[in-house]
Amino acid sequence: MSILVNKNTRLIVQGITGRDGGFHTAKMKAYGTNVVGGVSPGKGGQTVEGLPVFNTVEEAVKQTGANTSILFVPAPFAADGILEASEAGIELVIAITEGIPTLDMVRIMPYLKKKGTKLIGPNCPGLITPDEALVGILPGNIFKKGNVGLISRSGTLTYEMVNQLTTNGIGQSTCVGIGGDPVAGLYFQDLLEMYQNDPETDAVVLIGEIGGDAEEQAAAFIKNKMTKPVVAFIAGQSAPPGKRMGHAGAIISSGSGTAEEKIAAFEAAGVPVARKPEDIPVLIKRALQYG
Amino acid sequence: MKIHEYQAKEIFSRYGIPVTRETVCYTPDEVVAAAEKSGYPCVVKAQVLTGGRGKAGGVKLVKNKEEAREAATSILGMDIKGYTVEKVLLAEGVKFQSEIYVGLTIDRNSKSVILMTSREGGVEIEEVAKENPDAIIKVPIDADLGMQPFLARKIAFRLFDDFNLVKQAADIFQKMYKICLDTDASLVEINPLVITDDNQLLALDGKMNFDENALYRQPEIEKLYEPDENELKEIEAKEKGLSYIKLDGNIGFMVNGAGLAMATMDMIKMYGGEPANFLDVGGSSNPQKVIDAMNLILSDEKVNAIMINIFGGITRGDDIAKGLISALEQLDVKVPIVVRLSGTNAKEGLEILRGTNLTVVESMTEAAKKAIELSAH
Repeated sequence: MSILVNKNTRLIVQGITGRDGGFHTAKMKAYGTNVVGGVSPGKGGQTVEGLPVFNTVEEAVKQTGANTSILFVPAPFAADGILEASEAGIELVIAITEGIPTLDMVRIMPYLKKKGTKLIGPNCPGLITPDEALVGILPGNIFKKGNVGLISRSGTLTYEMVNQLTTNGIGQSTCVGIGGDPVAGLYFQDLLEMYQNDPETDAVVLIGEIGGDAEEQAAAFIKNKMTKPVVAFIAGQSAPPGKRMGHAGAIISSGSGTAEEKIAAFEAAGVPVARKPEDIPVLIKRALQYG
Repeated sequence: MKIHEYQAKEIFSRYGIPVTRETVCYTPDEVVAAAEKSGYPCVVKAQVLTGGRGKAGGVKLVKNKEEAREAATSILGMDIKGYTVEKVLLAEGVKFQSEIYVGLTIDRNSKSVILMTSREGGVEIEEVAKENPDAIIKVPIDADLGMQPFLARKIAFRLFDDFNLVKQAADIFQKMYKICLDTDASLVEINPLVITDDNQLLALDGKMNFDENALYRQPEIEKLYEPDENELKEIEAKEKGLSYIKLDGNIGFMVNGAGLAMATMDMIKMYGGEPANFLDVGGSSNPQKVIDAMNLILSDEKVNAIMINIFGGITRGDDIAKGLISALEQLDVKVPIVVRLSGTNAKEGLEILRGTNLTVVESMTEAAKKAIELSAH
């Protein structure tokens, strides 16, 4: 089982002919991900890493039966790329691209919803189901198959946490980096629900950071809907004030987005919060024993 | 990115939103001349890129020539939260019955533009949100539908009974929405929007922020950018693909990824050290970025130890290592450097670093402890 990606994933790479696209296509293939092709407008007919390149996503889907797409497309064209994947019937789109204008994301959201397309990112490291599929820029060698799910707003901090888990003998079911942009696809709550319903996941690690109120919402969801144990970490406990959210943004989130508030919200929901990364394996072990 | 009140109101005015008649002035003489032309009473308002002008004494109502000169002299050159007032706005005095708040911003939860409005305008909207949250009307705008006339009217009917005001407000909502989309704004705010004595809506103040990711397609907006000193250093770093914020401590940092950078700083603090900076070398590394980052860190004389914490994903360990080697060759580095390299191509990176005098450690905790220890010498 696991969530979102597995052995049945048939992946295409949008932006496969770029430096990052090409490099990570090779890495994903080497990991064993079923990469079936790539898309790069005007470069159809070429091959990259032994994979066929198509001009359009539609053609790629028709020729390869792809169900998942990952984007390494430059920011000005990324929203268009996500729409193209959605229109072509791709079920899950992972947008690695960073720096996409926020309103581009706002504009495409209703269409993705209408088509039922699941989006992860943008500005994210992707996701992995160990030993089955790596769809992203995560370093595959640090992961280990197991029963702990992981969701994170940060990329590299995810690697740090996974490394802590793996070196302590705790494997993962699926690890997802949801990205740090203000308007993004699947969020904590959506993924927590998937983990709750996934028979291969027994506990979840949630890695949040300062800003916004996604952690507070996740805490409420855990309290009301989750029976599986969740442990958390919040980055930015020592962050200097002054980098605050926009004037009106703070109102919607009905909080100032500090680490203290988020930690308090989790603890009130019965979610233990690690003060440093190396505490995560300890908390997970405790959660799995008594959870 | 922020702009001044007068610039926001110029944009509002261009779209047909009624704003106060006003003049931007740089000297007391200009203020007096503008006041004489406008007639009394009128208002002198500091133009700075920060909030809290009123509380700092940067907004004054004046009733005659002498008061205008006095206010201009005291406000021009005034320091408001670290910003020096270099220009003021001389705006007509307006008699009004009540004050409304209207703001458009991006809502993470509904993943859309959201319109917020309240009859309790004129005060900071955060205060209203805290004291009387029910007084704020929030309506997410469906991006496919946009701000249709019926929707703007529906919202306006929740504010006013007088159809004359409803029509004016609905028109302003539509125009603000268009401004938001046209300029890639992350905030379009009028506070207060007043009902004048002759029942007209008028924007007394204006505020706009913009999405920095979209500046590449907003050349007219980008021209309005007035970065302060810290922002200039941050921009310089950003042009090199780095995200840098100067702090007060003595341990310099180079980390990849904002989350890991924050967690690294948290850890240093937890073990009793003080970070000198926040520096995220970002993804998609190339060796030049590492050289630039080292230069930036070393430009701070307080730095007496450097901690490099890299967990490679899109960032490659070998790129970082190559950059470090070049940096050591090109720069006169006198402070100890602790390096932790994991993830993508870390093995290749560590191979490159073998034989240098860098302190290479295995874990983040070890790196933090070592950096603190070395900085104490």
